[in-house]
Amino acid sequence: MQEHDMSWVRTEMALAQPAPRSEAGLGSWVRKNLFATPIDSVLTVLGLLFATWALSQILGWAIFNAQWTGTDRTACLTVDQGGALPSGWSGACWAFVNAKFAQFMFGRYPVDERWRVILTGIIFVALLAPLLIPRAPYKRLNAILFFAVFPFIAFWLLIGGFLGLSYVETPLWGGLLVTLVLSYVGIVVSLPLGVLLALGRRSKMPAVKMLSVIFIETVRGVPLVTILFMASFMLPLFVPPGMTFDKFLRALIGVALFASAYMAEVVRGGLQAIPKGQYEGADSLGLGYWQKMGLIIMPQALKLVIPGIVNTFIGMFKDTTLVLIISMFDLLGIVKQNLADANWATPQTARTGLVFAAIVFWVFCFGMSRYSMFMERRLDTGHTR
Amino acid sequence: MKNTMIGIIGAAAFGVMASAASAATLDDVKAKGFIQCGVNTALAGFSAPDDKGEWTGLDVDFCRAVAAAVFGDGTKVKFTPLSAKDRFTALQSGEIDILSRNTTWTINRDTALGLNFAGVTYFDGQGFMINAKKLPGVNSALQLSGASVCVQSGTTTELNLADYFKANNLEYNPVVFEKVEEANAAYDAGRCDAYTTDQSGLYGIRLTLASPGDHVVLPEIISKEPLGPAVRQGDDQWFDIVKWTYFALLNAEELGITKANVEEMKNSPNPEIKRVLGVEAESKIGTDLGLTNDWVVNIVKATGNYGEIFENNVGSGSPLKISRGINALWTKGGLQYGVPIR
Repeated sequence: MQEHDMSWVRTEMALAQPAPRSEAGLGSWVRKNLFATPIDSVLTVLGLLFATWALSQILGWAIFNAQWTGTDRTACLTVDQGGALPSGWSGACWAFVNAKFAQFMFGRYPVDERWRVILTGIIFVALLAPLLIPRAPYKRLNAILFFAVFPFIAFWLLIGGFLGLSYVETPLWGGLLVTLVLSYVGIVVSLPLGVLLALGRRSKMPAVKMLSVIFIETVRGVPLVTILFMASFMLPLFVPPGMTFDKFLRALIGVALFASAYMAEVVRGGLQAIPKGQYEGADSLGLGYWQKMGLIIMPQALKLVIPGIVNTFIGMFKDTTLVLIISMFDLLGIVKQNLADANWATPQTARTGLVFAAIVFWVFCFGMSRYSMFMERRLDTGHTR
Repeated sequence: MKNTMIGIIGAAAFGVMASAASAATLDDVKAKGFIQCGVNTALAGFSAPDDKGEWTGLDVDFCRAVAAAVFGDGTKVKFTPLSAKDRFTALQSGEIDILSRNTTWTINRDTALGLNFAGVTYFDGQGFMINAKKLPGVNSALQLSGASVCVQSGTTTELNLADYFKANNLEYNPVVFEKVEEANAAYDAGRCDAYTTDQSGLYGIRLTLASPGDHVVLPEIISKEPLGPAVRQGDDQWFDIVKWTYFALLNAEELGITKANVEEMKNSPNPEIKRVLGVEAESKIGTDLGLTNDWVVNIVKATGNYGEIFENNVGSGSPLKISRGINALWTKGGLQYGVPIR
């Protein structure tokens, strides 16, 4: 044993010990985070009680006490109000949404022609889904179809009047259809136009720069309501009688231009965040202006401002509800309009209708927001600090 | 005020292009094959969509009656929903042919705005609603001394309320709200003793209260709001057609001609009925108007007489249950007086 060397080097790591019982598992987490001190314990209990109460109220109203079927207002009335439900009842009147659902989706689009809207929706989803999934192939073709071909197909399907489809005038449109068409056009127009305006504003050519600045500042300087209002009421008075522009088209242009001005400023923010070295690097490679912008600057700038872009999209999606003031009925507008139907006038109708609209809007906005976060993570190439 | 401003700007612009817009509306309408009718975006009983999205209501039915008079078909009408702000512009610019949108007939609108009102399809006015359980025994607005009254701010309603209570030497507490929905909710929660707005609106609001049975609309009307259809000035023929459609509806009710019995009535021995229905020998009433002689038959077939329109949309046949009141025929103590068709 004498030759035994006293020094000893461990050749493998010791196995990790399990955490002490007091530190492991759910019980410890609960104790540490929820019941660490007496005050914490009281707050936890109170919070839990409140959450349970609120949840039971909401679920009770929206689901358990709700009325799902019925043909008119009596379905959602209590005995005192002339219906059959017990006195003091309070619940959602989903029967109202049920009865009006087709209207909420299509507005007054002729019933026999609604397949056209549905088909448009199916094509839209079929083109959009692969565009949003990074792994799906044929991105370039897909993008061309979605941004350049789809608008024409949609125009033909929705408005018609040629190639075998009957004409459906836009005043008959309404509901989610209007909301989505306005948003789609706004998004598809505002992003490229916004990029151009942003480049124009940073351009060294005085005329281009001035025109861009004037456009952006004018449009940003007035509320969307004003633009819609002018386009809708003032324009007809200044053009010769008999000459009418489609009201919906006017709203589309108004919304798209408005969104473009905001988009331009968002993109400009991205451009300013790109270090000068990137521009000089591109120049030193001998790239022209459009090559420099398209290959070097824009990909970086747009990636930086994804949150801002999506923010503008979400804002615009919700701003489409303003078309109500020019008597066009988007989702919220048509819900509100149907609240005036005396056959459905009950104390619960307004609440139910508005909650329904809120849920639909939330689903769309939340979807956009989640997708943008996914995109940010995917495109994250090491700028995070 | 805003409305007036827009109206004035509109009227100014209208002057420039009046020459073109006043070309015979009847010919234009016949050429395009339908009547474009401006209605309210949403007002219970007057213009609201039903479950299928079809327009219903008193104002809507009036346009159908005009369409029936012109085309013999009450469905040949398209509706343009209009807000209070854009209604006059729409008429002046020629976007619509008739404005049937619970619009109050005033001298300013008749003259400065260049409209012609064809009649009063609904005599409205500001009224009061109270909770009869809370205020038992009150059956007149004059007993509302010291009451708190829910009212929407910035409307003529608020001013009328002040005038009425001052004129009658009564104390009151206005509880003012910016939005109609807030006022409704506050009244329903019992924050005020009474609620005031146009009487037709009170009936609609009552339907959305927690216990509608407890609330009564008091009989007093403290302002005059004669609501009726309007057309552009400068086209007398079209004005006549709209005006006489209204009178035809009233005459039909007075003579007992209904949607159900109009065909039988054609054989009636009563010369007045024969004259109105255009079955009299050598009748020229319809053709003089620029229509066919069976125009009244077509109107009644499409919408029924005035009484039927009223009961179906706002009266006993609807959830609103508004009583005829001053909208009854003159023979029944109301103000609706059908000028003779002869």
